[in-house]
Amino acid sequence: METSLLVFLLISLAKVIVVVVITLMAVAYTVLLERKLVGRIQNRWGPSRVGPFGLLQPLADGAKLFLKEDLMPEAVYRPLYILAPMIALICALMSIAVVPFGADVRWKGVQLFEISDTNIGLLILLGITSIGVYGIALSGWSSNNKYSLLGALRASAQVISYELALGLSLVGIVLRSGSLNLRHIVDVQATHGLLSWNFFGGFQFIAFFIYLMAAYAETNRAPFDLPEAESELTAGYHTEYSSMKFAMFFMAEYANMITVGCVATLLFFGGWTSPFGNLLPQPSNPIAISLLSLFWFVVKVLFFLFLYIWVRGTLPRLRYDQLMGFGWKFLVPVAVANIVVTSFFIGLRLPLH
Amino acid sequence: MHLALFIIFAGLCVAGALNLLFQRHPINSALSLIVVMSSLAVLYLLLGAEFLAAAQVIVYSGAIMVLFTFVIMLLNAGREERTHGSKLAYIAGFPGAAALLGLLTFIFLNRRSSFGQAQLGEYLATTGDLSRVLFRDLLLPFEVTSVLILIAILGAVALARKEH
Amino acid sequence: MVPIACYLVLGAILFSIGVAAFLIKRNIITVFLSIELMLNAVNLTFVAFSRRWSQVSGHLQVNGQLFVFFVMVVAAAEAAVGLAIIIAVFRARNTLNVDSIDLMKL
Repeated sequence: METSLLVFLLISLAKVIVVVVITLMAVAYTVLLERKLVGRIQNRWGPSRVGPFGLLQPLADGAKLFLKEDLMPEAVYRPLYILAPMIALICALMSIAVVPFGADVRWKGVQLFEISDTNIGLLILLGITSIGVYGIALSGWSSNNKYSLLGALRASAQVISYELALGLSLVGIVLRSGSLNLRHIVDVQATHGLLSWNFFGGFQFIAFFIYLMAAYAETNRAPFDLPEAESELTAGYHTEYSSMKFAMFFMAEYANMITVGCVATLLFFGGWTSPFGNLLPQPSNPIAISLLSLFWFVVKVLFFLFLYIWVRGTLPRLRYDQLMGFGWKFLVPVAVANIVVTSFFIGLRLPLH
Repeated sequence: MHLALFIIFAGLCVAGALNLLFQRHPINSALSLIVVMSSLAVLYLLLGAEFLAAAQVIVYSGAIMVLFTFVIMLLNAGREERTHGSKLAYIAGFPGAAALLGLLTFIFLNRRSSFGQAQLGEYLATTGDLSRVLFRDLLLPFEVTSVLILIAILGAVALARKEH
Repeated sequence: MVPIACYLVLGAILFSIGVAAFLIKRNIITVFLSIELMLNAVNLTFVAFSRRWSQVSGHLQVNGQLFVFFVMVVAAAEAAVGLAIIIAVFRARNTLNVDSIDLMKL
């Protein structure tokens, strides 16, 4: 018993370290991907000088941010000013802990492709997302700057409002799979490849679009990036931040993007399962299974990151009253209607007791 | 394991609550209450109430306390000033609270053996177990609560609206 | 193994701190926060007792946990209305001190 607990703890620690390192690397290269893609959308090259195709640009950016002077403005409320970026980054990195990346491959009885497999994985994700807003709210308040405060007020109102639509849009998925366990939700979609994904087979595409829009608002990305709207608020909630503290907000934003991509993949697009289902022969070797499942998962998440950047390069920013009206008057009623219709059809198919 | 986790998070709870009591600025009090609530979520997990733990984080830490910090930021509430009205509260409040604590602690510790021991992993209440009771036996209270929320929304909108 | 009495004592401690904070705090928002603290202390007691009831009856009992669920719902509704009242009071009086909002008192 004691040794198995020790092995479990050691493997878990190794998983945590590997996942955090890979997430941070992914964050760095998502930034590069965004700069490259937005460059192409705006008919320019994007970063191309550091390394081949600008591939070493994240390293240069990191070194620059690390070496910059860490300014501490006079009028800030110091403890919260220091705490806020940490809250933002920790919450962004924590939510990846319940995301399963690949097939159910075990070594010594411990799952390799997920840090923790819990019954309430989906609720934990929602909970951590809802805590993440404190980072933004406190940074704006403690900066003692009117632009920061306005950005923080906008962010907290926006996140509370869109959380409702986000939560409601996921109810259809939970109804269909009858579980809050993310691994189980993926297994339900695994039978017939593309046709049994919640997006196609589960007829949850309305829920998916609501989720996508609400998630864009939750992560403060264009077209809902009002908390940091450059044209009105200089830089919004992180106006007063510099050096590593600014970098923490930056990393938190991109880590949140990656989490949203992972969750959308898991809930609507069959997670790590192949879109061809059983049409292609299934490998029996555990290493081949792991690599194939990781491959599909990464491809799907990359698609969502691409979508994020594409939307940012295309759509203009909303006005604040438009944002609130869109959330409360359009997304929430449509999400409720989606729940009613989904539960009606699921009820039709169930045998009566 | 259970004892270690209990001591850590119970300690965090008490420290957060005391910090709420002694801080002068409302935003510090609000943040210490968030610490209390998040630690309580862990204690719920230890007691096998996993749905409640998640609901505690989502509803309390993620929604209610965000609302509180939002209002504190919106009204730009500063440090609270001490005023004369609190004298009676000091005289009666602290002894009253201490007496309450002493009484409750005495009863609980006196009857300690009849409350039994909590073990990790027994009687885990899954979301399904909760919803089976909630939507069968307690359906009427559940529906009444939804009416209550509707009234609360209407009340909040009516109160916060600017008068013309 | 932790005695359930420990959870109950923790609930009692939190509740007493909530009562003390409710009585000595002068800022209306902090007073409201201490009410939330008391509600949370009671919730912990409910969950602990629910666990004990499961042990006594021999199978899972969730009524205590559902009571906590209802308390959370009511607390959310209460926070929405209460904060709206606080904003309305602040607009009218321009203060958050409970001693300054005593026009109803003789």
